[in-house]
Amino acid sequence: MAKYILKRILTAIPMVLFITILCFTLMHFAPYDAIDAMTNPRMSQETINLIKAKYGFDQPLFIQYIRWLDGLMNGNYGYSIVTKQSIAADLSVRIPNTIKLVLPAYFTAYSLAVVLGLLAGSRKNRATDKLIDGFSSVGIAVPSFWFSMLLIFVFGYKLKLLPFVGMNSVGMESSVVDFLRHYIMPFATLVFTFLPANIKFVRSSTLTQYSEDYVLVQQAFGASRREIMFKHVSKNVLLPVVTRLGMALPLLVTGAIITETVFGWPGVGPYFIKAIQGLDYPIVMIILVLSATLVIIGNLLSDILYCLIDPRIREMG
Amino acid sequence: MEENNKNHAVLSARNVHTTFHTHGRSVQAVRGVSFHVEHKEILAVVGESGSGKSVLMKSIMGLMPDNAEVVADETRFQEQELSIMTPEQLRKIRGKEIAMVFQDPMTALNPLRTIGYHLVEVLKRHRKMNGKEAQKEAIEVLKQVGISSPEKRLMQYPHEFSGGMRQRALIAMALCCKPKLLIADEPTTALDVTIQAQILELLKKIQEENGMSVVLITHDLGVVASLSHRICVMYGGLIMEEGLTDEIFYAPKHPYTKALLRAIPRPQSGSRERLESIPGMAPSLASPPPGCPFAERCKFARETCNEGIPQYRVYSDTQRAMCIFSDEELSAMEKEVQ
Repeated sequence: MAKYILKRILTAIPMVLFITILCFTLMHFAPYDAIDAMTNPRMSQETINLIKAKYGFDQPLFIQYIRWLDGLMNGNYGYSIVTKQSIAADLSVRIPNTIKLVLPAYFTAYSLAVVLGLLAGSRKNRATDKLIDGFSSVGIAVPSFWFSMLLIFVFGYKLKLLPFVGMNSVGMESSVVDFLRHYIMPFATLVFTFLPANIKFVRSSTLTQYSEDYVLVQQAFGASRREIMFKHVSKNVLLPVVTRLGMALPLLVTGAIITETVFGWPGVGPYFIKAIQGLDYPIVMIILVLSATLVIIGNLLSDILYCLIDPRIREMG
Repeated sequence: MEENNKNHAVLSARNVHTTFHTHGRSVQAVRGVSFHVEHKEILAVVGESGSGKSVLMKSIMGLMPDNAEVVADETRFQEQELSIMTPEQLRKIRGKEIAMVFQDPMTALNPLRTIGYHLVEVLKRHRKMNGKEAQKEAIEVLKQVGISSPEKRLMQYPHEFSGGMRQRALIAMALCCKPKLLIADEPTTALDVTIQAQILELLKKIQEENGMSVVLITHDLGVVASLSHRICVMYGGLIMEEGLTDEIFYAPKHPYTKALLRAIPRPQSGSRERLESIPGMAPSLASPPPGCPFAERCKFARETCNEGIPQYRVYSDTQRAMCIFSDEELSAMEKEVQ
């Protein structure tokens, strides 16, 4: 098994490298670049060349790439073209804010989905199943920005119960109650966003397991519904469901872009959206590389988890 | 004849009907079957795919999906009527008094649970053993079905077993509670020919050792010749002919049974005659013919064959066939044809 895991890690490294190349070249061929942002048409060609030389844009493309990659690996993420702030410093504030929001929301949605999905799958076509599956079908179709606006309209505007901008009220940065009041609506929105697809996934996985022969065999040997569910089906359902957990890793950075933007939550979302609008390429590149890398690490993690649970893979070299 | 045998029958069923309802249509898989299994006998239920043999046994065990409707005048196991039992009571009988072995051993075990787990679960459930006792007993049962080094095998997962070994493990699971009745649903269909013989040997051996009754469901008449005491031949959801193995093989009365026997290869006879196939296809049970289901493929069929399901003609205490013609009439017709 150790050999298998090592092999998976070794194949992940060139993949990450490939993604950095892709990000870099795509951004290079984009119509507007950092130099255009720093210069204006009235500057003389010499001044422009000077600025180019200062930032290394006079070097060949692959040298630029290697310097950028070198920066990435040493934690030097560069500076925003628009605000001139260090991207690393910005992200070190914003990513924790996003994680604070996404991680509890995802775990809530995930645990609820496992329970509801198993329940629905084990009672196929009964009222419970129709209710749960109906909810998730509608839930998938509801856009998260619409749902968050609905919350804002009802709880923020009509009932005036909850604040709906930012993470803290001005001057109350240390108040936990104030933070929680700001937290409720974006949290609820995210749970509602993550829940339906996860329910559908667990339910279909459960249905697959229930149609397997071993369930009939267990019935023929007198196992009760409860025994079949808890001693057999649930463990087998867990396999594909755990895979999904690894895949959710990139959500920690990019999982709440729209929700954060609607609620003005100071996380990665508004930062990323603003960078795209302002053609702030260094930021866009860093976030793309980061989320792509997390996808790869997430896949790797789920493979390793799979390996730990499934005896059939555990044995493989 | 019926009444006589029922006295020492382990299982007896009268007039079993099973109907599947799907999307507003209904399929009659079993259309009024009566049979019984005697004490310590091997009864073979033979028929082609779709003849209703598996559905019949699953109906009696209450293992049908929700969309299946089972109606019977009687389904009696030992002294108890199965059809009036609550699901909970029935569950206590399944695996303990009546055990079942299935067709495909590759999918019958949970791939994420060890062989030992499967056995221990059954022992704990039905024999109320604790973990240690169950472990010991599981080793014993595995020995009984011919699995070597059972202590090690117990800890292994299904994927580490070959097909034949898995079927042995499943038979061990069935033997755990020393059932009165073992239903083997095509236990060798998914296995290699050489392994088939071993598994059949094993079934015969454990039947003799444990003194239980066995219902062997198969589509292969050749398989049952040396094994079974009695044979039921099923077709189109009905039992076409029932009799002792010798009666069925040496004095078959029903045209379908005769046709089936002519379709068995006989390598030992040395003759190079062609195998006869039965023309046509089994009838659709979504809209079964009103009369004899075999009429369409039967070379003796007359108009009257389609006028309702024929009555059984009784030939001996043990043999009966569902054909409007008697054996003599059929022989006469055969001569005419030639």
